[in-house]
This record gives sequence, C-alpha cells and structure tokens, in this order.
Amino acid sequence: MEHYLGLLVRSIFVENMALSLFLGMCTFLAVSKKVSTSMGLGVAVIVVLGISVPVNQIIYTNILAPGALTWAGFPDADLSFLSFLTFIGVIAALVQILEMSLDKFFPALYNALGIFLPLITVNCAIFGGVAFAVQREYNITESIVYGVGSGIGWAIAIVLLAAVREKLKYADMPDGIRGLGSVFMIAGLMALGFQSFTGIAI
Amino acid sequence: MADIKEMKKALTGPIVDSNPIALHVLGICSALAITTKLETALVMSLALTTVTAFSNLFISLIRNQIPSSVRIIIQMTIIASLVIVVDQVLKAYSYEISKQLSVFVGLIITNCIVMGRAEAYAMKSPPMMSFLDGIGNGLGYSFILIVIGTIKELFGFGTILGFEILPLVTNGGWYQGNGLLILPFSSFFLIGGMIWFIRTIRPEQVEPKD
Repeated sequence: MEHYLGLLVRSIFVENMALSLFLGMCTFLAVSKKVSTSMGLGVAVIVVLGISVPVNQIIYTNILAPGALTWAGFPDADLSFLSFLTFIGVIAALVQILEMSLDKFFPALYNALGIFLPLITVNCAIFGGVAFAVQREYNITESIVYGVGSGIGWAIAIVLLAAVREKLKYADMPDGIRGLGSVFMIAGLMALGFQSFTGIAI
Repeated sequence: MADIKEMKKALTGPIVDSNPIALHVLGICSALAITTKLETALVMSLALTTVTAFSNLFISLIRNQIPSSVRIIIQMTIIASLVIVVDQVLKAYSYEISKQLSVFVGLIITNCIVMGRAEAYAMKSPPMMSFLDGIGNGLGYSFILIVIGTIKELFGFGTILGFEILPLVTNGGWYQGNGLLILPFSSFFLIGGMIWFIRTIRPEQVEPKD
C-alpha cells in the first residue's frame, strides 16, 4: 500500500507531466486561457491516462514484449518494434470509444468536454505516460496508479497556469511578449517551483 | 507545377515568418526537454524534419483516397510507421544518442507539428509542395532547437558539441558555468525570450489585446 501511495505522490508532484517532464505542452500552453475550460481538459486527461496506461501495459507485456507470445507457440517472436504504432492506435481507439460512450450515457459531461476529447489523442502527455510506464515495466496496479497520478499532476498544473493567466489579463506588458511569450515565462517560473519537489522520496 | 517562387516560400517561410514553435505553439514538448546538449538537439531536428517531410509527401500522395471520417487514424498510422523507421535507424547507427533521447523519438508521433502540417497542408496540396512544406517546417523547428541547444550548452557547460570553448573553473579555466541553464526548464525562458525577439522584428505577429 505504501509503495502505491509513494508512486502516486511521485507521479503527481516529483515527476509532474507538464512541469518536470514537459509533456502535453502544446495543449498546456494553448488551452489554458480560462480556469473552467482547463479544468474540463484536466479531467479528460485524467480519465484517458487512467485507462490507456494500464491497457497498453497489458497489451505490451502479453503480445509485444520479447518472448511474450510463448502462449501462442512463438517463443522467439519479438514484436516490440511495433510498440509505437500499437500505442497510438490503442489511444486513438480508446478516445473514440470514450467519446461515443460519453455522448450516449453522460451527454452533460460530453458537452462540457466538447472538442477537448479528440484533441487528447495527440496530447503527448498520454503517449509519454504510456511509453514511460512500459519502459519502467510497471505491473497492472502500478500502471493504474501511475496513469491516474500523472493525469492528476497534469490537471493541477494546467489549472494553476490558467489561474495565473486569468489574473495577468490586465497586466500591461510590452507588445512582443504579450500572449505566448509571457505564458512561456510563467510556465518557466512554475517549473522552477516544481523543481523543489525533486529528490523527495516517499 | 508550382512555380519556383511559391516553392521557395513553402521552404523558407516557416523558419522565421511563420515559425511552428514561435507562432503556432506546435511541437513544444521536445523543444523543451531535449535541448540540454546541442548534439541531441541536432539529431532530434534531423529526425523530425525527415518525418514531417515524408509524412507530408505520403499523405499528400493518397489525399484523394482518404475518407475524411477516418483521416486522423490514417495520418497517425503513416506517421507512426515513419517514426518506427527513424527509431530503428537511430538504434542501429547511434545507440548512445537514441538512449539519451529515450521516449522522445516516440513522441515525434504526437508532435503537433507533424500532425498539424499533415492536416492543414498535405491534405490540400500536391505532393511536391507538401514535401517542401514539411522540410520547411522541420527547419523552422530545427532553428529554434539549435539556437536553444547552443545557448544552453555554451553557457551551461562551456562547450559546443563537446569541444571546450569557455574553459570551466572546475577544469582550471576562468568560466563559471551557469547552473540554471543546465536544468531543462530554462528553455521556457529562452523560448519566451526568442518569441519576444521575433515579435519585435516582426510586429505583425504581436497578439491583439483582449
């Protein structure tokens, strides 16, 4: 239990997807104008990461990993070079399924998330989370914890950034740095803050 | 056949005038995380330019056969196959660098520049122009990566591509390395500064007040 709790805290704070590993930056910087929309996107990322990391982990260890096909009579098969293609296919399919089932069963949530769901397919945070979990050889429980944890970390980061940006709307900045330039600076300062979590071991 | 002027525009336009990183906020993840050394930045730029150019070419070749409802999946498949090729080549010929880049080569698949250009340009344009546009956008990305990689390696470690330029104090020289620039997040400040610089010389890119 302690092990999983430590993994959760580590994936939320120490290895924060957005501010320590710089994954999912495109949407992180582009869709953080308002707190409410970034909250919706954050929730969507938590859900997708929480599902796609364990699913991909299961597929990798049972089909793609070297020697994993022993049960089917191919002890020498090594399909690990197909992993990128499989991961992105599984993520795209999962997002599609999630979108359709949300539309059918939870129309309110579907409308709230709107265009963010399809965008998540190309969010590098999802792919990065999957790739890291496979590289570190997590088991099923660990990968669920890791997926949910890194999703929460990403959501916290984007909501914080959106809150700062809302406050900065009235700041009088030089022309060249207004908008994108200032967002980079803010994100840099936030990453500096998150740097203080490094080295914490639980 | 498109004329020479248009081809040149497709090739050189994205370097400063419509830079994918500075103007369109695309492909930032890898720009931040792997620029600590110039060498990795160069390899990454090369890999991304290759993938963008060829994915644009192939998608443009079959653009009239792709049904629009499944186009994202088809684009993804083409891009992912190209990335697998690049990854295998890197593993075969420069294993050390492919170890350093770790998952970031895989992340080229989700790099928004590749997807964005495929969707916005290659789906509508003939193959040759799309190929050039892919190279152009790859160069725009490489430009930012190389500038940042150079600044960080020169002032952080006092070296360029591993050769000593500014002798460090720890090695008996006079230069005290800038510890902040060694840390990955300093690229945020550098990219922010570059955007500021580009927008000062190209005022039409300045965002309107809201």
